[in-house]
Amino acid sequence: MRPRGVPRSRGVMRPRGVPRSRLRVADAGTLGGLAIRARRVRSALSALGIAVAIGALVAVLGIAASAKADLLAQLGAEGNLLTLAAGQTFSGNAVPLPTTAEDMIRAVPPVREVTAVANVSGVTVRRSAAVPAINTGGITVLAAQPSLPHTLSATVLRGHFLDGVAQRYPEVVLGYSAAQNLGISVLTSTTQVYLGGQYFAVVGVLAPVDVAPEIDDAALVSFPVAQSLLGLDPAPSRIYLRADPDQVAAVAEVLPFTASPEQPEAVEVRRPSDVLVARVAAKTAFVGLFLALGAVALLVGGVGIANIMVISVLERRGEIGLRRALGARSRHVAVQFFLESLALAVVGGVLGVGLGTLATAVAAHIGNNQVSVPLYVPFAGLGAAAAVGILAGVYPALRAARLAPAQALRTA
Amino acid sequence: MIALELRGVGKTYPPPTTVTALVDVSFRVDAGETVAITGPSGSGKSTLLNLLGTLERPTRGTVLVADTDTSRLPDRALSGLRAWRIGFVFQQFHLLEHLSVLDNVATGLLYRAMSAGRRRAAAARALDRVGLAARSAHRPSQLSGGERQRTAIARAVVGEPDIVLADEPTGNLDTATGAQIIQLIAGLADPHTTVLVITHDASVATAMRREIRLRDGRVVGDTGPA
Repeated sequence: MRPRGVPRSRGVMRPRGVPRSRLRVADAGTLGGLAIRARRVRSALSALGIAVAIGALVAVLGIAASAKADLLAQLGAEGNLLTLAAGQTFSGNAVPLPTTAEDMIRAVPPVREVTAVANVSGVTVRRSAAVPAINTGGITVLAAQPSLPHTLSATVLRGHFLDGVAQRYPEVVLGYSAAQNLGISVLTSTTQVYLGGQYFAVVGVLAPVDVAPEIDDAALVSFPVAQSLLGLDPAPSRIYLRADPDQVAAVAEVLPFTASPEQPEAVEVRRPSDVLVARVAAKTAFVGLFLALGAVALLVGGVGIANIMVISVLERRGEIGLRRALGARSRHVAVQFFLESLALAVVGGVLGVGLGTLATAVAAHIGNNQVSVPLYVPFAGLGAAAAVGILAGVYPALRAARLAPAQALRTA
Repeated sequence: MIALELRGVGKTYPPPTTVTALVDVSFRVDAGETVAITGPSGSGKSTLLNLLGTLERPTRGTVLVADTDTSRLPDRALSGLRAWRIGFVFQQFHLLEHLSVLDNVATGLLYRAMSAGRRRAAAARALDRVGLAARSAHRPSQLSGGERQRTAIARAVVGEPDIVLADEPTGNLDTATGAQIIQLIAGLADPHTTVLVITHDASVATAMRREIRLRDGRVVGDTGPA
């Protein structure tokens, strides 16, 4: 232990036989964590600032990704759905689809499923005859085929869809919004609506159909009943079809000519999944803004850490002087304060990643989405926290290192 | 063998204070001496200790520690000198409250890059030497003033330095405790260990074999090497 026994080194600017002042890496790490444990409340509060900011950033990315994940899954499932609607001529007259359109489309090889609806015009739906005819509630009446739920992947929320009975008797299935408008939340054997001058039994309510929102606002009756009781012209107003996923574009191209060879320009072909694409874009539109706000919060957290570290340097002049007297080089003092700042920020970062993931899980649970935090997000969160800790630590560390030892001891 | 030597040392602090603390101070201290540096307040005692401990640099003259002119050494070399050759004892103890007594003493070896285990073992021996082995696990705030200064002394000598510098070590202690501390410090000297104590207490001075008196930054009396 006696320094005389230490091998002499021949550094030019080193006193004879005196080894260097050295701090082990492990000891430097311990020093960095020591001060945090010594001032728990203050450390916890400054780490909390970083935790809130990192938590917000992780939550923004996580919630956006979770919301998008469901839409993207839906997009994958709905990507092969096409709709064909009656259009208008150049002069603006409505052109119904030919009655043969449905069969012609069914004959196109990549087409897997087809279902058609026809608009029953001039007919309103009301809760009872006592409701004035003017209160239509914006509900349209459509004639639909039994294949509709399957083709649209629509689910029946209550009751059942139009079955064999509905082909002969006045039964109706309501779209989700239509049922809400009519105030029908429970179905009994006596639930009826006043439709086209007579009462129809409500046998089912559909869940919302994202890819065909027009169904949500409709009351659906069977084609035979619409023709016999409501005077429907059986020409379809809209045809839904599903094609082989890799042939969707090709099918979309030939559809106008197949459906209406005489007036192909009067046929409107749509890919409803485009609505989902737009919704994905809408969900992610504000992510940039929220991330920027989170970055501002992170900056504020970093300033908080820098502030607390500067105060710490002032308060601990005695310790700095002591360490210099014990042989610490100015860089050892700098490293100690720098690591303290880094440790504060990283503790905050770990906490923030936890908080953000929790917030994402809660939001996904409330929104009925799957939890999807991209793998890079926790690492980016920790990295951002560490970067802030490094930036916040530089100035206090330099200040501590520049303190003259004798002065530090004197003013303590 | 010469432990410390001052040759024509002057120290003037820069503005705004512009205080001249030391003027043309020269003396040498041999290894193994016990020296009291005395003088009234403002006589330059603390500045002298800071210069000898390489915590400050002189404005003029040279300070030699262990035959080396410290004025030409960079900060890292001076730090090495302090880590391996010099032990400090302060009036305010300067113990770290969040560390145990044992770890406070072990901190005296922190900048020698020794393993924590070896530092603690040496610290336990040093605490034994100052009679505080039973207090190892306590915090500084749980100790009496005399025990705190004993802890600080253990920290100063844990690395067996060549030179122990004590700045008013009894200034914050009652007379009886102070006397014990001075006995302890005087007893640290051996043929390899030089002890310098700064004090304005005459009884402390008599416990040392040599006394150097300062007034207004100049040496006004030196009982000479024993």
